[in-house]
Amino acid sequence: MRIIVCIKPVPDPKYAGREVLDETTKTLNRQDVPSVINPLDKHALEEALRLRERFGGEIVVVSMAPEASLPLLREALAMGADRMVVLSDRRFAGSDTLATASIIAAAVRSIGPFDLLLCGDETTDSGTAQVSPQIAELLGVPNLMHVSSVQVSDEKTFRVQSQIEDGYMIAELDPPMVLSVVKEINKPRYVTLMAILDGEQKEARVLTADDLILDEPWIGLEGSPTQIVDLMVPEKKTKAEMLQGDARAQAQTLADRLYRMGFCHG
Amino acid sequence: MAETQSECKLWVFVEQRKGKPAEVGIELLGKALNLAEDIGWKVGAVLLGHQVEKLADEILSYGVHEVIVADASGLAEYHNLAYVKVLERAIREHEPEVFLLGATTMGTDLGPRLAARLRTGLSAHCIDLELNDTGELLAVIPWSGGNSLGRISCPRTRPQMATINPGIFDMPPPGTVRGRIIYINGAVDQSDFGYRIVETHHQEAKPGDLETAEVIVVGGYGVGREENWHHIEDLAAMLHGAVGATRPPVDEGWAEGNQMVGQSGRTVYPRLYIGIGISGHMHHLVGIKKADLMVAINQDPNAAIFAHCDLGLVGDLKDIVPSLIESLKGYSQ
Ligand SMILES: Cc1cc2nc3c(=O)[nH]c(=O)nc-3n(C[C@H](O)[C@H](O)[C@H](O)COP(=O)(O)OP(=O)(O)OC[C@H]3O[C@@H](n4cnc5c(N)ncnc54)[C@H](O)[C@@H]3O)c2cc1C
Repeated sequence: MRIIVCIKPVPDPKYAGREVLDETTKTLNRQDVPSVINPLDKHALEEALRLRERFGGEIVVVSMAPEASLPLLREALAMGADRMVVLSDRRFAGSDTLATASIIAAAVRSIGPFDLLLCGDETTDSGTAQVSPQIAELLGVPNLMHVSSVQVSDEKTFRVQSQIEDGYMIAELDPPMVLSVVKEINKPRYVTLMAILDGEQKEARVLTADDLILDEPWIGLEGSPTQIVDLMVPEKKTKAEMLQGDARAQAQTLADRLYRMGFCHG
Repeated sequence: MAETQSECKLWVFVEQRKGKPAEVGIELLGKALNLAEDIGWKVGAVLLGHQVEKLADEILSYGVHEVIVADASGLAEYHNLAYVKVLERAIREHEPEVFLLGATTMGTDLGPRLAARLRTGLSAHCIDLELNDTGELLAVIPWSGGNSLGRISCPRTRPQMATINPGIFDMPPPGTVRGRIIYINGAVDQSDFGYRIVETHHQEAKPGDLETAEVIVVGGYGVGREENWHHIEDLAAMLHGAVGATRPPVDEGWAEGNQMVGQSGRTVYPRLYIGIGISGHMHHLVGIKKADLMVAINQDPNAAIFAHCDLGLVGDLKDIVPSLIESLKGYSQ
C-alpha cells in the first residue's frame, strides 16, 4: 500500500495571537513564533503508520513549505514516514487554497500511483479546510472529510467513519482516495531519540516548480483566484461594565445579578 | 427539453438532510436578499434532493425569486461527487455571479470540491459578506491569529464562492411567496457516487448540549491545567448549564473536541455566557450568538474579551470561581 501524507508547518498554536499585523505590508509578523507541524497532520501520519504496520508498503510525506522548515518537517520522518518531498519555490508564494492544491496534486502525480492520501482536516493557521477536497478533485479521486475512523479489511475496501453535525456516517470507498482526519481518530505517537536519529538518515527531496508538471496559470499569488483586499484590526472599545472589589466582592455582585435575572435554580 | 433559464445572479445552496433544511441555508437567504436588493439582483435558492417539493414550497415563502431544484433518487443522500456534478452542470448553464454555502460538514466539503471543478475562488468560514455595486463579492474572514479580519475577493473568475458560518445572520421571517420553482437536471448514476453509504447515525440533542443550552460556561487556556478544569464544570453544574471550551483546552485534552465553541467549533445561542480565562479572539467570539448576558472572568484587565462582554470580572479564576459558586449556593437554598 502506498500512502501519501500531506503536512504543513504552522505557527505554534500555543502562541496564537502573538503575531502582529504589519500595517504597511498587511502581513502578519510571525518572527518570534516558533513553527510546528500542524497538529491534525500528525494524526493523519499516525493513521498512515498504523495502516503500514498492518499492510506494509510505503509512506511518502509531502509538504509545500520553505526549505528552512526542513529540520522541523523531519519530525514526520522520525515518526516513521519513509521519505519526504518538500515543495519549495518563490513562485509558490502567495498561493491560495486552489493554487496550493494544484501544486500538491502535481507533486502527487510525480510520485506515482497511490492508494490513500491523508491530510489533517484543517490547519491551525488559515483553517480553510479546503485543500484536501481540492487535491482530491484535481486528482479526480473520491474524498471524505471529517474522518474519525478508517477500517480496512482487505486492501480493496476502506470503511470510513465521517463526522456530520449530529452524528456520523459510515461509508465504503475503493482506493485511490483522499481522506482528511479529525483529532478523534487516534493519538499520535511520541518520537524517541533513536527515531530522530533514524529520521536524519531518510531521504528528503526538495522540488521546485521546474521539477513538476504544473498548470502554470494556477500557482502562486498571480494564479490564485482569491485575493486579499485588505486586513483590518477591529476597533477596541470597552463595552463591559467592570465589577468592583476583590475576587469575593466581584463574585458576590455577579451572583446577585444572576439571581435577579433568574439564572439560579433551587 | 431545455431548462428554464434562471434569472438569479446570486445563488444560495440550501442544504437538506432527510427533507429538513439546515438553518444556515435559510439565514443565508435572508442576507442574500438584502445584498441583492441594493444592486437589483435576484436571489435563487438551490435545492438538491429527492422528493423535496414540500421543502421547495417552504423555501419559496422566504421571499426568494427562484427555488432551483434538482430532484432525483440519486440525490436523496449527500454524495459529494454526485452533488458536484449536478451543481457544475447547472452553474455552467445558468452562470450565476455568486454562489454561497453554509460552512457545515457538507458545505465545507462540497464548496471546495465544486470550486476546484469550476476553477474558481472560494472564501472559507466567512463571518460577513459585502456586495459592491459592480457585483463584486467581498467576504470577511477572521485572519490568522484571530485578532484581525481580512476581506477577500475573487476578481477574475466566476462564480464568486463563499462558505459562511452558521448563526452569523438572522433567520428571515417567512412572508409572501413571490417567486417560482424551476427544475434543473439532477441526473446522476451510481458511478458518480464516489463512496457507498453504509449507515448514517444521528444523535438526539440532549439537554445540556451546547447548541440548546440556556447557560454556557466556557473555559479557556487561562484555566492553566487539567486539574483546574473542574472549576468550569462545577460552575456549569451550579447553573445547570453546559460546558464549552476554546481551542487550547481541546488541544491540551482538558476538554473534548465537540465542546469547542467558535469558528471551527460549535455556534451557540445561550441566554447566559460566562467565559473564563479566555482572551477573546474573533475565532472564538464568532461562535456566540444572541446571548442576553455575556460575562468574562480574566486576570488581565486589558483582555480583548472585555470589549465584547456585558460584565467583566478581573482576577484569578481560581479565586473568583469558587467564591462565585459559594455565593450562588446562598441563592439556591
Ligand atoms: C482558523 C482558526 C480557527 C479557530 N477556531 C477556533 C474556535 O472555533 N474556537 C476557539 O476557541 N478558538 C479557535 N481558534 C483559536 C483562536 O484563534 C485562539 O487561539 C483561541 O480562541 C484562544 O483561546 P483562549 O482565549 O482560551 O487562550 P489565550 O488566548 O491563551 O487566552 C488565555 C487568557 O486567560 C487569561 N488567564 C490566564 N490565567 C488566568 C487565570 N489564572 N485567571 C483568569 N484568567 C487567566 C489570560 O489573561 C488570557 O487572556 C481558531 C484559530 C484559527 C486560526
